[in-house]
Amino acid sequence: MEAYLDNSATTPPCAESIAATQDALTRYWGNPSSLHQAGIEAEHLLSSCRSSVASAIGCEADEVFFTSGGTESNNLAIVGAALANRRRGKRIVTSAVEHSSVMESTKALQERGFEVVYLSVDRMGRVSEQELARAINRDTILVSLMAANNEVGTVQPIDVVRRIVTRVGAPATIHCDAVQAFGKLRVQPARLGVDLLTVSSHKIHGPKGVGALYVRKGVKLNPLLYGGSQESKLRPGTEAMPVIAGFAAAANALPPVSQSLAYVTGVRDRLLDGLRGMEDVRLNSPQDALPYIVNISVYGIPSETMLNFLSQRGICVSSGSACAKGKQSRVLRAMGLGDSEITSALRVSFSRFTTWEEIDTLLHALNEARQTLVRSK
Amino acid sequence: MLKIGELTLKGLNRRTFEDQLLKDLKQKLKPLGNWQFVLSQSTLQVIPPDGEIDMNEAYARALRVFGLSGVSRALRCEKSMDVILEKAPIYLENDLACARTFKVEAKRSDKSFSLNSPQICESVGEKLLDAFAHLQVDVHHPDVTVMVEIREQFAFLHAGQARGAGGLPAGSAGDAAILISGGIDSPVAAWMMARRGLRLTAIHFASPPYTSQRAEDKVHKLLAKVARYAGRIELYVVPFTQTQEAIQAHCPEDLFTLIMRRVMMRLAQAIAKEHRCKALITGESLGQVASQTLQALVVTEDVCQIPVFRPLIGMDKNDAIEIARSIGTFDISIEPYQDCCTVFTPKHPRTKPKLAQLQIAESALDLDKLMADALAGTRKHVIES
Repeated sequence: MEAYLDNSATTPPCAESIAATQDALTRYWGNPSSLHQAGIEAEHLLSSCRSSVASAIGCEADEVFFTSGGTESNNLAIVGAALANRRRGKRIVTSAVEHSSVMESTKALQERGFEVVYLSVDRMGRVSEQELARAINRDTILVSLMAANNEVGTVQPIDVVRRIVTRVGAPATIHCDAVQAFGKLRVQPARLGVDLLTVSSHKIHGPKGVGALYVRKGVKLNPLLYGGSQESKLRPGTEAMPVIAGFAAAANALPPVSQSLAYVTGVRDRLLDGLRGMEDVRLNSPQDALPYIVNISVYGIPSETMLNFLSQRGICVSSGSACAKGKQSRVLRAMGLGDSEITSALRVSFSRFTTWEEIDTLLHALNEARQTLVRSK
Repeated sequence: MLKIGELTLKGLNRRTFEDQLLKDLKQKLKPLGNWQFVLSQSTLQVIPPDGEIDMNEAYARALRVFGLSGVSRALRCEKSMDVILEKAPIYLENDLACARTFKVEAKRSDKSFSLNSPQICESVGEKLLDAFAHLQVDVHHPDVTVMVEIREQFAFLHAGQARGAGGLPAGSAGDAAILISGGIDSPVAAWMMARRGLRLTAIHFASPPYTSQRAEDKVHKLLAKVARYAGRIELYVVPFTQTQEAIQAHCPEDLFTLIMRRVMMRLAQAIAKEHRCKALITGESLGQVASQTLQALVVTEDVCQIPVFRPLIGMDKNDAIEIARSIGTFDISIEPYQDCCTVFTPKHPRTKPKLAQLQIAESALDLDKLMADALAGTRKHVIES
């Protein structure tokens, strides 16, 4: 592979994570709930993993609940909080640019009688504080807003939600989908003022199939699954130890946020500098976006064509969310972009392992594509 | 027990068709064991080998054999009323336990059997009513029709017959080439013509990077579904990028699709000829899109010297979808990858083209060179059944 630049879809697992996953499979295969020695060892591993993830998030260990990944954490947070608080109100406030696991959860709740407000966004993909303040009322039991958008990288004003909720006196639980921001921005729940926070392992160089939900102490959630008493009965089922261990190792391996941010900002700037000379390329991400994601449109070349062209040269980027495979971006639509931008959109996403050579490879190929591909009229 | 369909209407060449059908059936069942085949009049007995046999899979495969009008799973037993009465409640339990009403029909090809048909029905019916207290007889609209057939050597017992795949035996009509894109219609057209006995060769146009490997993979998956009925299919993938780029660069935008269709037909014809295919097959349906208006079909057909079969020409989209679902291609067809027919689609395509205009527009292209390159780059794949 010449350049893997689709890190918002998934990241390559880091060496630490691979080793920890294998170690858990070979040495700690006991059931953490078993009373014998094998069980005890697995339980010790589980609790050390919980501490690792907690420290990466910036919370207490007993506030971390392991799930199967970002989608489940988002479902649990939204459906769980809505059902637990259904007697206190029926309004849910969220945005039009959330990940599909948030949007589909709120749609399902809508069908069950909840009133959902989808806040619109501006050209930069941001919801406005004024709109948030208008939408959150005393009937609001849940606000769900992402930390950083998965398609364009826009950072949402999540920290103002707590102030609004307190001022209004809404009984709202506040959820933040931090899948794209975890490890990349500071997401300490206490700082952001959120009650629930979703993180995922495979976006930070851990294995797929595992994630976590931060649940602030005292916040009420109904479980989605019923079974044993694992994860304090909030998420029953024998713990997926190998991937949990891999997740924890990946979390431990995260450098300080500021260090990665400075490096990736350099990577991003190199790409932006290279794109500056291409007058047929539009930058769709805002200037102050999470630097890990750059969304652009190359006028006249459909995303799929460009993806195929780049893929032939060993370069992996995407046309939008990997969860929307081939469909047109509703995020770009919500930002008010036109058909010509949306049909030609590309998402380039980095990790702390992305090299300058990869950026140069991409720029070179983009130039070649722009000169050789026949454009739609 | 398989019922032979339409080919019983054949005259002196009926044997040829029967042989084709048997050949196809044997090929489909062979991986499951060593079966025995007994053909008498219009019924084909397929007797399983001893031992562990996946009868469910065998039944499913028999339902995909062209030329059969009906398929039943039957019990073969000794020709004695005692044995029949003993076995009937046991063998039919699964069918009758979840039915409310039933009737019994009997057929005797051996007229020397001790009881006549009404007598057989009566005693089997009585036995089953005893065995399944919840059952009632309904001779007009029964949930289950129990069949007792007394043949030369054995008696057969079954709970009715499922509709076979119909048509004529695979390959009995000769060879034709299907132009397959990846949409809903072309696999349906392929299946419909295979059902009339055509052996299929498939032709797909790929335009990387405008189309992706996934679009081609999709065609492989679609053909694999069709091959479950039609048998092995050879697929020729024609590189089409240069041609599409040339049309886009040198021809009027509103004629893009029609010129492309004409070049496709010319290329398909060349490949068809090389592989002894006597006709082309397309999934076109009258008026469905701009390139399928009557005038568009006329100008497309103009470049063809061999017949073009368009089995969907008079069909409603929903009918095609229904077939696509039943043969298992629908869910694959709706995967959202760009195919060569959607690359460079004009905003306002011409719906009433004139042949002369197209000929003039095409003269801007070096067709001989484009076609020679495309044919030289064509790759062959084999889709096994």
